[in-house]
Amino acid sequence: MSAPLIEMRGITKIFGAVKANEAVDLSVAPGEILGLLGENGAGKTTLMNVLFGAYAPDAGEILVEGRPVAIHNSADALAAGIGMVHQHFHLAPRLTVLENLLIGIPGKSGRIDRAGGLARLQEIGHQHGLSLDPNLPVSALSVGEQQRLEIIKALFRGAKLLILDEPTAVLAPSEVDGLFAALRSMAAQGLGIIFISHKLNEVRALTHRCVVLRHGKVAGRVDHPASTTSAEMAKLMCGHEIVPPTREASTPGAAVLTLDGISTSGHAGTPLRDVSLFVRAGEILGIAGVSGNGQRALADVISGMLPPKAGTMTIAGKTVTQFSPRELQALGLGRIPEDRMTTGLVTNLPLADSMVLPRIGTESFSRKGLLNPTAIRAFAEEQIKAYDIRCPGPMVRAGALSGGNLQKALLARELAFDPKVLIVSQPTRGLDIGAARFIHEKFLAMRAKGCGIIVIGEDLEELLMLSDRIAVMYEGRIAGTLPSADATVARLGLMMTGAVQTGEAA
Amino acid sequence: MFRLEARTSTPAWFNLALPLIAIGVTLVLCSGLIAVAGAGVIEAYGVMLSASLGDSYAITETLVRAAPMIFTGLAVAIAFRAKFWNIGAEGQLLAGAVASCFVGAIPMPGYLAMLLMALAGAAAGALVALLPATLRVKFKVDDVVSSLLLNSVIYYALMALIEGPWKDTFSGYPISPPIEDSANFPVLIEGTRLHLGVVVALIAAPLCWFLIARTTLGFRIRVTGENPEAARYGGINVQRVLLSTALLSGALAGLAGVGEVGGVHFQVMSDISPGYGYSGIVVAMLARLNPLGVVPAAIFLAAVMTGAEAMSRATGVPAFLSDVIQGTALLAMLVALLFTAYRIRRVGAQT
Repeated sequence: MSAPLIEMRGITKIFGAVKANEAVDLSVAPGEILGLLGENGAGKTTLMNVLFGAYAPDAGEILVEGRPVAIHNSADALAAGIGMVHQHFHLAPRLTVLENLLIGIPGKSGRIDRAGGLARLQEIGHQHGLSLDPNLPVSALSVGEQQRLEIIKALFRGAKLLILDEPTAVLAPSEVDGLFAALRSMAAQGLGIIFISHKLNEVRALTHRCVVLRHGKVAGRVDHPASTTSAEMAKLMCGHEIVPPTREASTPGAAVLTLDGISTSGHAGTPLRDVSLFVRAGEILGIAGVSGNGQRALADVISGMLPPKAGTMTIAGKTVTQFSPRELQALGLGRIPEDRMTTGLVTNLPLADSMVLPRIGTESFSRKGLLNPTAIRAFAEEQIKAYDIRCPGPMVRAGALSGGNLQKALLARELAFDPKVLIVSQPTRGLDIGAARFIHEKFLAMRAKGCGIIVIGEDLEELLMLSDRIAVMYEGRIAGTLPSADATVARLGLMMTGAVQTGEAA
Repeated sequence: MFRLEARTSTPAWFNLALPLIAIGVTLVLCSGLIAVAGAGVIEAYGVMLSASLGDSYAITETLVRAAPMIFTGLAVAIAFRAKFWNIGAEGQLLAGAVASCFVGAIPMPGYLAMLLMALAGAAAGALVALLPATLRVKFKVDDVVSSLLLNSVIYYALMALIEGPWKDTFSGYPISPPIEDSANFPVLIEGTRLHLGVVVALIAAPLCWFLIARTTLGFRIRVTGENPEAARYGGINVQRVLLSTALLSGALAGLAGVGEVGGVHFQVMSDISPGYGYSGIVVAMLARLNPLGVVPAAIFLAAVMTGAEAMSRATGVPAFLSDVIQGTALLAMLVALLFTAYRIRRVGAQT
């Protein structure tokens, strides 16, 4: 191949005592898709932020097409032909697609060049199969379409190298195929692409070459990802073998949670329509579905955040339809929310506060309205040890923890009081393999102890591995429920599109 | 070239250093105004310092002035902790003053009168604060606007009272009748105005700290303020917490009014508060919403106020400088707070 499009040499970035990147070398040739792999906290995002100008490196240099460049901010990066699609999009929701593209682009004599923009948009759409209606406001776009707009935006500004930070985390399986086709087309036309992901099968399917980071350093390079097994790559990432847990056969007990004819309204997402389901003691019920088909409302109803409009919910035979989150917890309901940063934890307060939050006011942590700081601290320290939560201590700001450690902290806080029912949403989203395995093992251990668990997720392989039965949600309804022995990715995928309704009545 | 970079952690000494830096910057910036007014900067600040903290009498005067700002500072600090944006401490103070003056004018034994004045003043302040909180909780009305506008409503209601039915018949001025002599707060040091209310204010600060840091209500206030959604998910009744916070905050602001009536003016007049409610916001911000920090912050502002009058007499610089210092201190503190989340980094040297 020709001279590298981008070369990073000996990049080191230090935050306080932590070396987020240490002497990292990386290069991308034109037409190449490079996979950047690593566990959470391995330094992938830091490295890309250095490349995109958000952080100044403490050592090392960046070369674009062989020439050293100084990148101090995103404008420098764009001028050097580097475009980035972040995990969280940077779009103005009230403006249209075209207007978002034109933000910050100087037109002739202070006027916005709409016609020129439109022509360029159509050209890009034609070239890479990335089309969008230029006049739709961004708020009307789906998450996948917003991502497409971010990619178009980068190309619009003349990016020759495109960085995508975990682009598939927000996409449904069908959307992933579309994204990959577009990325392959761009590479075929000479663009360089850096693809950051946790999902090894995606990396193997898409990339030409991989760089694996561990503890901020390059732990290994994979020259033929397609012919390398996921297990080999996982070993490079974690530094040790990863053994998938097994689900022991078991006989579930009586139903611990039932929903009967639940409907909702007035919810931001898709409302529930006549949803009935149950989970038994010692059983894991998976809820599959393309996101946005009522999963959020389902989790909110069960955790008491959204009182249903119709229907009844019972826990161990007791009707709890209009119960508050606090009352449900008192009955033995544990919850792991979809969005741990906004719903689960209080990022600006000490970790210990978040860990005792649901049980503040109970005998364990306070008496007669006075907190017991010793008990709070001791509880947090105990859980930090038991769940191997990597952090400086219980008084650290919760927001300083990585996603995997936050999820462990949330799990610890819910499981410490032996819930009878557990509702979890997207339990391993954004987590690396090691952390995900840990969480899976905890769920299976809870199942063995007789807890009834509902897992809402999009990763079908994860659901198949964990669940005894899988229900599929489509447009706010349960499209069908299958024993996981009868379920396959293909069959579930079909049900998720609403094409078939099969299985036992839940 | 310099740029802001996000911090991963904030050093502990920042909590102490930031307000001091903000105050330092303020004094430097305001020295320009003093120079423009034609006075010597060192001399002007020197007069301010000696007049406010230079001798024991000056110190008691500064403390007397600090007391209402300790109360309003605590009121604002606690409210802001829950992100209940109470800009209405001024109105709550006035309501507290009116209620306590009514009670104080009723003949009864002195200590009973003082106790009832405090209760009535706190209750009046709490009720006034409850209104914007209820509007927010029930109808999502912006609490900044409603609590701020309520200040004018209360102020003009007070004016209507003392110009009309409540006008003092003896003097004929638009002031309320005085409270009973027995209800006047005892003076603690002969020959000064240092009254019982000042001590109550100094005790209130650690009590408020204890409430925020060590009680379940304080925990709920902190969590609700930082992340209401996580609070609700965690089983906290967010609406109830906001209403409780409003009651507490309003009661504290009401007590500021009680102290002014019982310990300083002994009646209600239109200028009973020179904006102590608004100064409470500056105090709370300088204290970084920590009740313990409210005391030094309030004393600083009180010193500026007392000092500015003396400086005005001695050097001819208008006493309005004290308002400028207050405003500048608030702005400087807000800028300083930026550095808890970001740091300045030099870039561009290496390529």
